[in-house]
Amino acid sequence: MTELSARLRPDPARSHGIPIAVLAEITHRCPLQCPYCSNPVELERASAELSTEEWLRVLGEIADLGVLQLHFSGGEPLARRDLETLVARAAALDLYTNLITSAVTLTEARLDALAQAGLDHVQISVQSVEDALATRIGGLRGALERKRAAAAWVRARDLPLTLNAVMHRQNLHELPEMIEMALDLGAARLEVANVQYYGWALRNRAALMPTPDQIDTASKVVDAARARLHGRLVIDYVEPDYYAARPKPCMGGWGRQVFNISPSGKVLPCHAAESIAGLRFDSVRDHPLAWIWDHSEAMNRYRGTAWMPEPCRSCAHKHDDWGGCRCQASALLSDAGATDPACAFSPRHAEVFEAALAFSEGSDRYTYRDFSGGTPEPGG
Amino acid sequence: MTPDSRPALPRFVKLRFDRARDTWLLLAPERILIPDEIAVEVLKLCDGEATLAAIAATLAARYDAPEPEILSDITDMLADLEAKGFLRDREAA
Repeated sequence: MTELSARLRPDPARSHGIPIAVLAEITHRCPLQCPYCSNPVELERASAELSTEEWLRVLGEIADLGVLQLHFSGGEPLARRDLETLVARAAALDLYTNLITSAVTLTEARLDALAQAGLDHVQISVQSVEDALATRIGGLRGALERKRAAAAWVRARDLPLTLNAVMHRQNLHELPEMIEMALDLGAARLEVANVQYYGWALRNRAALMPTPDQIDTASKVVDAARARLHGRLVIDYVEPDYYAARPKPCMGGWGRQVFNISPSGKVLPCHAAESIAGLRFDSVRDHPLAWIWDHSEAMNRYRGTAWMPEPCRSCAHKHDDWGGCRCQASALLSDAGATDPACAFSPRHAEVFEAALAFSEGSDRYTYRDFSGGTPEPGG
Repeated sequence: MTPDSRPALPRFVKLRFDRARDTWLLLAPERILIPDEIAVEVLKLCDGEATLAAIAATLAARYDAPEPEILSDITDMLADLEAKGFLRDREAA
């Protein structure tokens, strides 16, 4: 059977079709302070968040658009007391629901309520296999133990579990143990996600960037584990862009399959899009979602292939990678309309590799994510 | 998967006709698959009660096709889904 995303071939008459999935970042509040958080450095406060009534309306608009999957994310989505209500509505609308959580505040009672509401899948993030390092990265003592307990509760209720292991220079040596932990916890899927350098991670590049040797080793570990664990554990591997030769097809193409809703209701082509200067985003508070998907200036800015410069415009891969990532071009080249410099065809590609090497020898000291614009790790 | 298997979709895997795209879909964690016409007919019969042999017999009668071939084809297809965790054998559970 083919994957739906692979079946969606470009239609020359249209720059976009029916979106497949929505990432609903329902809050930026979170009990953890991970220095690689993908949220914007300027976090949205609780007072700005959409109300329960607003979300219930928006969920209906999401379903009407033809969206199939809904990912409840954040921040920490459990920080909202109405999560069960939102999951129940999404399930009633036949949306396939996924909870993306740190799980440190999950309780058995809450999980029961979520399962009762119709939750389909749980994804738990992990910082480390070792308690001290997990505490240092997330800034919360005992987080790892709580995650282990939460994973067991998820499996006891026969909910499918994905473990999301965010990897970087300071924990990549744990990758073999991370794979073992995924098996121990009963995960069907493990995402080995090398940090992507947006938001807080961009700010913490010097503390997070792996060395080329680490990446070589990680690829080999993943290849061997995939062969050994076929049929038991699916391993998805996200390459670190700065060491890649081909750019990732970010979000499956800008405004093409997936979009993001921020806590206050802004509709974003991806979670980092607000880092691009000069883009105007529309809110579900001001416009119907269907109008935003079709007509929003931000959604249309890098849609399809017409915006592409050379070498993308005449590239044979342009319908595979869609020119890569706009936020990365903006962050590294100060030009969101440039070819993603992660691509070997970019004239600026060599600079990215050189920068990665320099960052990989940086200080290990983090700047923690918080609402005050970041707090440096003590010491150093 | 054997002829005695009683295949069923787990609660978290959903076979659904999508009106917006005018196609059948199989929704699973982080995956959306498009089953072809035959796969849809097979999956509709995977209720955890019928054995694989019975499903093959039903399809053989419906399409006037040789039963052993159908059994072999659907065993491969369902074993592949089972390996992905998208299908279970009630008999083995």
